[in-house]
Amino acid sequence: MRVSAAPLLKFVGLRLVSSVVVLIGVLIVVFALVHLVPGDPVRLALGTRYTQESYDALRAASGLDRPFAEQFFLYVGHAFTGDLGVSFRNGQTVTSILLGRLPATASLALLGIVIALLIAVPAGIWSALHEGRVSDLIVRLTSQIGVSIPDFWLGMLLITLFSIVLRVLPSSGYTPLADPLPWLQHALMPGITVGLVAGAIMTRYIRSAVVDVAGEGFVRTAASKGLPTAIVTFRHILRNALVPILTIAGIQLATILGGVVVVEVVFAWPGLGLLVYNSVAARDYPVIQGAILLIAVMFLLVNLIVDVLYAFVDPRIRLA
Amino acid sequence: MSVIETETAPSVRIAPWRLLASNRLTLASAVVLAVILVVAIAGPLIAPFGVNDVDVSRQLQPPGVAHWFGTDDLGRDVLSRMMSAVGTSLLVAVVSVAFALVVGAVAGIVAGYAGGVVDTVVMRITDVMFAFPVLLLALAIVSIFRPGLVTTIAAIGIVYTPIFARISRASALTVRTTPYVQVSKTLGTPTRSILLRHVLPNVTGPIIVQTSLSLAFAILSEAALSFLGLGIQPPTPSLGGMLFNAQGFLYQAWWMSVFPGAAILLTALAFNLVGDGLRDVLDPRQRTLLEARRSR
Repeated sequence: MRVSAAPLLKFVGLRLVSSVVVLIGVLIVVFALVHLVPGDPVRLALGTRYTQESYDALRAASGLDRPFAEQFFLYVGHAFTGDLGVSFRNGQTVTSILLGRLPATASLALLGIVIALLIAVPAGIWSALHEGRVSDLIVRLTSQIGVSIPDFWLGMLLITLFSIVLRVLPSSGYTPLADPLPWLQHALMPGITVGLVAGAIMTRYIRSAVVDVAGEGFVRTAASKGLPTAIVTFRHILRNALVPILTIAGIQLATILGGVVVVEVVFAWPGLGLLVYNSVAARDYPVIQGAILLIAVMFLLVNLIVDVLYAFVDPRIRLA
Repeated sequence: MSVIETETAPSVRIAPWRLLASNRLTLASAVVLAVILVVAIAGPLIAPFGVNDVDVSRQLQPPGVAHWFGTDDLGRDVLSRMMSAVGTSLLVAVVSVAFALVVGAVAGIVAGYAGGVVDTVVMRITDVMFAFPVLLLALAIVSIFRPGLVTTIAAIGIVYTPIFARISRASALTVRTTPYVQVSKTLGTPTRSILLRHVLPNVTGPIIVQTSLSLAFAILSEAALSFLGLGIQPPTPSLGGMLFNAQGFLYQAWWMSVFPGAAILLTALAFNLVGDGLRDVLDPRQRTLLEARRSR
């Protein structure tokens, strides 16, 4: 069947426009952050001992001596060219600091989503296909526990088990992904922490997506005309449940990217989360702004990609 | 659509509580919540020790007859501190979710019912807020103001407002087009009365469900903020703060981390299970990805 590309293009176009609108809102919020600080952010960052020259220099470098509106447009203009200002603390550009931290967070998030999928896909499908039985109840209760557990506590329990009792994994630290084995040694526990929590949330959605599809008329027809259960399961149910599964995986990936702050702190994992945490303590506002902007933009991008993929896979979305 | 409504509406009106009580898991969770609430309120009265009774001679004692949950590095009774901390957690969760509920529901109902520019503006604002991960937005808010009880409540309240706005808007949109609202409008009923008498009751089901789920996430958010040192400030005990402190003693004193963490898990789990049970009764068709976007 040939389908015209026009509705898809229109959908993507509309979705892009709304993303840009949200992006402008995000920029306003991030920009406003430093201006909402009661008092003078530069003075706060410098502490009690500083000279007038260093104060003036930092203020001028951060553009805070200019009129408000001009500052905003300067900030947005610079942001689009990749210039997010200079750290209050060490004079490094925010962009270089962020780029230095991104690989740690991205690699951890990917490991987390892989672990989450490995748990959630089989558990969610199994639970849905055994709806109402004891195994379903166990999966549902376990996933509720996963949703309700504080991730940093889970991390501490893992450290107690694997680093203190069994002494098989290091409790903290980081090696770049270029050395895969040492990287995995360090990333395994934070990855499991992130993956278990995300996997618990995903299990619930995959289960309900599969339950929804399994209740459809065509599944009943396929089963009643005598097709083997395996064919009904894989060809009829899972194929149709794939779209919601991909959606929730995308959303969880975006959530993990922004939600790893506490896990990174527990495992001293030098990613964006730990950076935000340290920058909040140091009142390094340009870095806080930059990191939050980067995470929000990644969040928007992943959601945009998921929505477009969704429309691409499922014509009902773009034609609606 | 109308057929479904006439089918479900009476049954919901007749016996929601009996339906709810027939779910044993929900009932058990509600009992657990009631016990937690009693401990939270009566905590300071029945706690065996003061929350800040420092006694270095009894530091890091394992659970025993005198100290059921052991003592921490300063010899403070873990159980007594937890009893007080649970109260603070619940206070933060309840007040912040109440704030989110009131602000979000009003904005959502008005947006959904009014439509047009108002709707667009309100929804774009929620879109922008949704673009920030929960904890990050809360961190940003706390980074601006001095950390403490009020800032924690404000941060969590603001972060959970948009989900209530979205849910109420969705219900308000559906109700707006129903015949009874259209007729009521034609008869000249003032908008305020329509909102209060027709729209609000239809929004309550989903909102009650979301309230329970949000309370669970608010408990987790408060714990995370306090763990990071940006929530409840010492010497006021908080479960997150106790866990931060326990990090240095994972080897010597497992009880310092196990009990406070279990208390957070139990409270959040109970709210989540009650929310699930409520959803089955009040809002069976709500299977939205919103919750996933807003969870952590």
